[in-house]
Amino acid sequence: MSERQITLEVLRYRPESESEPVFQSYSVPCQEEWVVLDALNYIKDNLDRTLSYRWSCHMAVCGSCGMVINDNPMLSCKAFLRDLPDHIRVEPLHNFPIERDLMVELDDFMDKLKSVKPYLIPDQPVAEEDGTYRQSSAQLKKYKPFAMCINCMACYSVCPQYGLNEGFVGPAALALAHRYNVDSRDQGRRAREDVVASNTGIWECTFVGACSEVCPKNVDPAAAIQQTKIASTVDYFKDLLMPGKRDKSGNAKQAAGDGA
Amino acid sequence: MTNPPYIRPIPASWWLRQGRYVRYMIREATCLFIGLHALVLLVGVYRLSQGRDAFDAFLAALWSPAGQVMGAVIVLMAVVHSVTWFNLTPKAMPLWIGDRKVPGWIIVGGHYGGWIVVSAVVLFLAGGLS
Repeated sequence: MSERQITLEVLRYRPESESEPVFQSYSVPCQEEWVVLDALNYIKDNLDRTLSYRWSCHMAVCGSCGMVINDNPMLSCKAFLRDLPDHIRVEPLHNFPIERDLMVELDDFMDKLKSVKPYLIPDQPVAEEDGTYRQSSAQLKKYKPFAMCINCMACYSVCPQYGLNEGFVGPAALALAHRYNVDSRDQGRRAREDVVASNTGIWECTFVGACSEVCPKNVDPAAAIQQTKIASTVDYFKDLLMPGKRDKSGNAKQAAGDGA
Repeated sequence: MTNPPYIRPIPASWWLRQGRYVRYMIREATCLFIGLHALVLLVGVYRLSQGRDAFDAFLAALWSPAGQVMGAVIVLMAVVHSVTWFNLTPKAMPLWIGDRKVPGWIIVGGHYGGWIVVSAVVLFLAGGLS
């Protein structure tokens, strides 16, 4: 196996000794099949035990190792060195407070994720003894792409609206809200409306589209948000023209109409 | 003493950092020229209300070298505006036929087709195609 010498320039922040982050360079002998995470693990094991970063699965499933590599947010376990130059700059995700080195504070994201009620809210829950919810493959197809999010936060890192407007709920959380809104088993659109259709929800998005470009799971949050905008606008006019006509779920009719 | 989590400042030039942001800002900026064109039309209506001489003077101003440059820039920006937004329509308006998603190029193509039809109708009504 061939070995390649790579320089990794890593943004370090040690809050006990530094008031702001600084770059530190490491020269790493890498194998051709390595990803950036392997190079970081090499540093941790052999060069500098103080380097801090998050990772878990090493197979693009857990979403823990999201970081900015040569100015692009990506999963470090999916960033193959063979696709990158010999000099690689590694930074923590943009738009989040840096806790230490490559680790960012997750609290704001977690709060926003919870705020959109990312779980099934059925009108009439099916009791366990009555079996499972039934769903056709056509109904599954409507939301499946939006269900692939692994919460790596790459979309937040590249979203200028999230960086500039603290309150913005953000791409992943809004995509997840859409994922449940278009699920035929869910009637919770009304319950999510206060957060999702607010000024800090979908209407804060100006369709930069960068979130969809960087998503490692091809979730397309930009599409989810624009589709929610249209659904929300239709809701608004329904309420205006036919007050009281819309049922409390707000999306039961749409779900019933889905091509089963 | 431990410092708090570090928040990196975002400079006013953030949009120059990556090509995708520059393209976004250009797309957004084109709407200013659409607004400028609407303003020109409003001035035209106002000048029409002032009588034939005033309206002729307005038309003469539009055909002046400066007016022609402005018109050309507005047309160019309107094309950029339309093309960039049409290309985004499959994301905002996905179409499903049964359990099959209609390919994006058909949705975009439909918009271009509509654009051509509407333009032809406007030109016909304005006497341009007669």
